[in-house]
Amino acid sequence: MVQGPHPAPPAGASRPPADRPTPRPQTAPAVTPADVVRPTVVGSGQGEPMTGAQSIVRSLEEAGARNVFGIPGGAILPTYDPLMDSTKLRHILVRHEQGAGHAASGYAYTSGEVGVCMATSGPGATNLVTPIADANMDSVPMVAITGQVAAPMIGTDAFQEADIVGITLPITKHNFLVTDPADIPKTIAQAFHIARTGRPGPVLVDIAKSAMQAMTSFAWPTEIDLPGYHPVTKPHAKQIREAARLLATARRPVLYVGGGAIRSGASAELRRLVDASGAPAVTTLMARGALPDSHPQNLGMPGMHGTVPAVAALQKADLIVALGTRFDDRVTGKLSSFAPNATIVHADIDPAEIGKNRRVDVPIVGDLKEVISDLLPELAREHAQHGQPDLEGWWRQIDDWRETFPLGYTEPEDGHLAPQHVIQRIGEMSGPEAVYAAGVGQHQMWAAQFIRYERPNAWLNSGGLGTMGYSVPAAMGAKVGDPSRTVWSIDGDGCFQMTNQELATCAINEIPIKVAVVNNSSLGMVRQWQTLFYESRYSNTDLHTGHGTRRIPDFVKLADAYGCVGLRCETKADVDATIKRALEIDDQPVVVDFTVSRDAMVWPMVAAGVSNDEIQYARGISPSWDREE
Amino acid sequence: MSRHTLSVLVENKPGVLTRVAGLFARRSFNIHSLAVGPTEHPEISRITVVVDVDELPLEQVTKQLNKLINVLKIVELEQDAAVQRELLLVKVRADLAIRSHVLEVVELFRARVVDVVPDAVTIEATGGPGKLDALLTALEPFGIREIVQSGTVAIGRGARSITDRALERVSRSA
Repeated sequence: MVQGPHPAPPAGASRPPADRPTPRPQTAPAVTPADVVRPTVVGSGQGEPMTGAQSIVRSLEEAGARNVFGIPGGAILPTYDPLMDSTKLRHILVRHEQGAGHAASGYAYTSGEVGVCMATSGPGATNLVTPIADANMDSVPMVAITGQVAAPMIGTDAFQEADIVGITLPITKHNFLVTDPADIPKTIAQAFHIARTGRPGPVLVDIAKSAMQAMTSFAWPTEIDLPGYHPVTKPHAKQIREAARLLATARRPVLYVGGGAIRSGASAELRRLVDASGAPAVTTLMARGALPDSHPQNLGMPGMHGTVPAVAALQKADLIVALGTRFDDRVTGKLSSFAPNATIVHADIDPAEIGKNRRVDVPIVGDLKEVISDLLPELAREHAQHGQPDLEGWWRQIDDWRETFPLGYTEPEDGHLAPQHVIQRIGEMSGPEAVYAAGVGQHQMWAAQFIRYERPNAWLNSGGLGTMGYSVPAAMGAKVGDPSRTVWSIDGDGCFQMTNQELATCAINEIPIKVAVVNNSSLGMVRQWQTLFYESRYSNTDLHTGHGTRRIPDFVKLADAYGCVGLRCETKADVDATIKRALEIDDQPVVVDFTVSRDAMVWPMVAAGVSNDEIQYARGISPSWDREE
Repeated sequence: MSRHTLSVLVENKPGVLTRVAGLFARRSFNIHSLAVGPTEHPEISRITVVVDVDELPLEQVTKQLNKLINVLKIVELEQDAAVQRELLLVKVRADLAIRSHVLEVVELFRARVVDVVPDAVTIEATGGPGKLDALLTALEPFGIREIVQSGTVAIGRGARSITDRALERVSRSA
């Protein structure tokens, strides 16, 4: 019991070496310029001798990476040399590091692998900040490899030096700085392990140029040494039983399904739960497609621009079973008035999400696939003992909402195209097997509302961070991840101008994505808020890209300049023919400029910070809740 | 708001303190004091954090801390079940005329004089926050010239060690 005092360890001492190659401790001894200049073999002598740069490439190969999106630069340059010879790794040269990051994200969705991006030190690395933050908010498995200035230069404000480990500390699941080449294999192995297990997320590995240039020996670790990392995947049986009991006895239950259902690959289990429970389900922005939209119990998306039935069902529920979701403010509206009468069961793989925003009655920590798999037999037992719950009254009420407040839109009064129609037709004509990646704003909400999602990972968007410019590079990555699928970037004219340089990457690397620019000539969502909350004072939201403007830039010409096919569609009569044409082109990227009405607005809407009870079906029209009891 | 003392066992690696301290700042938790040092196991460091938070935010901060890859274990040390100590060094004006009065206070508080010059003494004291506050109040009239104080370190009473199980994890995965 009593621990004798230990003498202070010598600098760099670590745990006793086990019977396998022990990587050097992370408390790296100070590296002197001499160490760097003179390539020396570091490590135990086991493993293949090679440079640190070669070790990076080998490690990525061993970790299972097949595609890397990136741009070389000074500090990462040594790694790009052996990368050229790799037969297992395809490097796709992007035009901006932000594109590399979002592409890695999109790639992760369709490939099921960890997305990998690569950049040099300083500005290369800081350009990755936005996509890393994006992946962190949306729990996307990603590994970012960045070059760092040589170890002896770190901290000297060297050319292109940025403390990217410090910068990305709050926006990564974890990050590493590697200065000792012997640490490269184990660090990359750990990075991939952390990125894809538990609640997935981005991991950044910053590697000093000196470590790439030094000689080392390569040995892929046989196990992962992370004493402080043990994600809980197996749920607690007692909590599962309690959840089953509640679900079997609730009169107004709702399954509130989040993006965790997609990350966990739990769609099949979820569907069984929906069927077995008979309860209505809502699928959040991150969960669109986790349960097919064609399923009769799917009420669609809840939240700020959710369907009235989805929002109302949550508000009036007596039980909410939250599955892989985090009670985000865009879903709950004013938190204190969210679902006031509901008992909450909350299952998530991240314990910190449980009880973070809403008090929880039954917390369940675990992987959703396992949670639902365990829940199903318990629920069946409850049903066998006490019979199926009577949800008829609840469904009558929900069906009444569905009938009275279906999703819809009115034709614009200015005679221009309705953006909702364009997006709906793209979805209908491309079908559920296609992939749809949206930017952020009105078009994103319409794409979430008016495209029918029948399978997981068909819908990509920047949900948590709300990153304009996500769409084109994410679509590019998605197409690389699964080239057999039609991939649409549903973008806005504002978003498109933030990352459309990746069209060059798509054209040159034969990544034939299709981009629908839903062009309302303005920053549409901001404009909508200006219409509603700022007396139609349109401060800095006009982009001059649409009807009756100088079209700067002209998206058709821009597409052409980038070696893509550019199409324009301005009338309702042309919509189907234009989409058909875009779908027929399979050998190069297509950009369609759909010039639409700028006055179209996203409805329904719960204004920011107000109660979900005050949802407006259309401007000034709110459901009257009194008549429903 | 109430005061809580957390003992956080972490891997002894560079940058871990930044991760822990940064998390508090990022999630808007106010650190009252923080002390970090080695433990009986060279691969484990121990951070003692004193925070002023409500019960629910405390649970949240503990969970967020647990998500840090380098954090091995977090234990909240209850006031009554732990020994808490801070170290205080204080320089007091004390010429020959009043030195004996100052030394009297030092005696009373079982503090120690660690440096003397003709017009000042430097006093070292350890204790809980209450005792050190009282000492400072007693010294105040003489003229306090400089104070330096450590963060709280705390250890649970009794024979149990919180490092044992954390260490098992480390060695199991090593």
